[in-house]
Amino acid sequence: MLDVINLEKSFGKLHVLRGINVTIKKSQVVCVIGPSGGGKSTFIRCLNLLEKPTAGDIIFEGVSLMNKKVNLDEHRRKIGMVFQHFNLFANKNVLNNITLALMKVKKMKREEADELAMKMLKRVGLEEKAGQFPSQLSGGQKQRVAIARSLAMNPDIMLFDEPTSALDPEMVGEVLSLMKELAKDGMTMVVVTHEIGFAREVADRILFLDQGVILEENSPDELLNHPVHERTKDFLSKVL
Amino acid sequence: MGNLKVISIWEQYSYYYLEGMSATLKIAVVSVLTSILFGIIIGILRLSRNWALKNVVAFYVSFIRGTPMLIQIYIVYYSLSFNMTMFTASVVALTVNASAYIGETVRGGIESVDKGQMEAARSLGLSHWQAMQEIVIPQAIKSILPSLCNQFIILIKNTSMMSVIGVHELMYNSNTVRANTYLAFEPLIIAATMYFVVCFILEKGVNYLERRLKYSA
Repeated sequence: MLDVINLEKSFGKLHVLRGINVTIKKSQVVCVIGPSGGGKSTFIRCLNLLEKPTAGDIIFEGVSLMNKKVNLDEHRRKIGMVFQHFNLFANKNVLNNITLALMKVKKMKREEADELAMKMLKRVGLEEKAGQFPSQLSGGQKQRVAIARSLAMNPDIMLFDEPTSALDPEMVGEVLSLMKELAKDGMTMVVVTHEIGFAREVADRILFLDQGVILEENSPDELLNHPVHERTKDFLSKVL
Repeated sequence: MGNLKVISIWEQYSYYYLEGMSATLKIAVVSVLTSILFGIIIGILRLSRNWALKNVVAFYVSFIRGTPMLIQIYIVYYSLSFNMTMFTASVVALTVNASAYIGETVRGGIESVDKGQMEAARSLGLSHWQAMQEIVIPQAIKSILPSLCNQFIILIKNTSMMSVIGVHELMYNSNTVRANTYLAFEPLIIAATMYFVVCFILEKGVNYLERRLKYSA
C-alpha cells in the first residue's frame, strides 16, 4: 500500500533522513521508535509530504507522490494524520472541525456531513461535545476528536505522530485504547511513539530509527527482547 | 471666559466644523476600505515565495515607515495631482501610507497562526487557499483586530494633515475659523473634541466586536 524508497531529507546542512526503505502493507500496524532527534517525526511527515523529501520516492497505492503532476490533495484525503499537538481548528467547533473537509473536499451536503460527523464522535465517545470549541476540551478529548476528524474522511492509512506525547499521563490511556480499537478493526497505521507497551501489544512490526536510518526492523517480540544493535539495546535499556 | 468663547464660536461657525467633519469622514471611510484591500494584498505578498516580489514590497513598506507622512502627502500631491481632485489625492496619499502599516499587521497576523492549523487542513486534503480562507485568515483577523483598530484611528487623525495641500477637511476649516476670529486656541478645542468623539466611538465599537468574536471561538 505504501512504499518508501531511499527516502532522504535535509534541512539545509542537516541531513535528517539518510535513505529509508519501508514497505507497509494493508492492515499492518507499524510502530516507529527511537531517540529524539533521530528523524522519526520527519519520517512520518514525509509520508504525506508535509515535509518535501530531498530525494527518494513515496509510492502510495501505486502512485508516486513525488511526481509533480500528481494532485497531492486528492491523495492526502486518503492518508489520515494525527498530530502530537492535535491541531484542531481553533475557529471551529468540534462538529465543524470534522465536517469542514467532508464538505469542502468530499463535497458532502451539510446534513450528510453532520450525520457522519456525529457517528464518528459517537465512536470516540464524545458526541455530547459536538457544539464545544477545542479550547474547552481536555487534551485527551482533543486528540480523540482529531482522530474522529481523520477517520471521517475514511482514510486508507493513518499516520500518528507521537499522538500521546503532549498528553497528561492520565489521558494517555483513552487515546491508546481508541488506537487499539482502530488497529483491531484492520486500519493500516504508522505510529511514531514512545509508548513501548503499546508498540509491543499492537504493532505487527517495529522500526528502530536513529540518526536518519532504520537501524533495526523486526516483530515486537524480536526487536524488544532480542535487539541486535548496540544502539537499540542502549535505547531500550533507557526506556523499558 | 474660555468656555463662553468656545460656545459662541460653535454657535457662529458650526457649519464650518460640520462641513469639515463630513469631508474628513468621507476621506477616512474610503481610505480605510482601500487600505484594507491593499493592506491584505501587501501582507500576502510579503509572505510570497517570489523573492523579487517579496523584496519590492518589503522595500516599499520600509520606505513608507522611514519617511514623514507630511512629505509623502506632498510627493503624492505634486507628482500625481494632474487632473486629480483634492478628495482623490487625499485618499491616495492616505492609502499609500496606511496600507504599508496594515500590510505589516496582516502579515504578522497570518504568521501568528500556529503552523499546525495549516498542516492539519492540508493533510485532510484541503488546498492551500481553502485552508487560508477557512482556517488561517479568520484566525489571523481575530488576532489583529485590536491593532487594525489602532491603524484606523491613526488614519482618521492623519486626515488632518491633508490641510497642508488645501483639502477642506476638519483641520483646514478650524484654521479658517482661527483666522476669522483672531483666536489661536479656542477653535482648536472644538476640532480636537470632534476628532476625539469619532475615534472614541470607533474604539468602543471594535471592543464590542472583539468581545463578540471571543464568544464565538
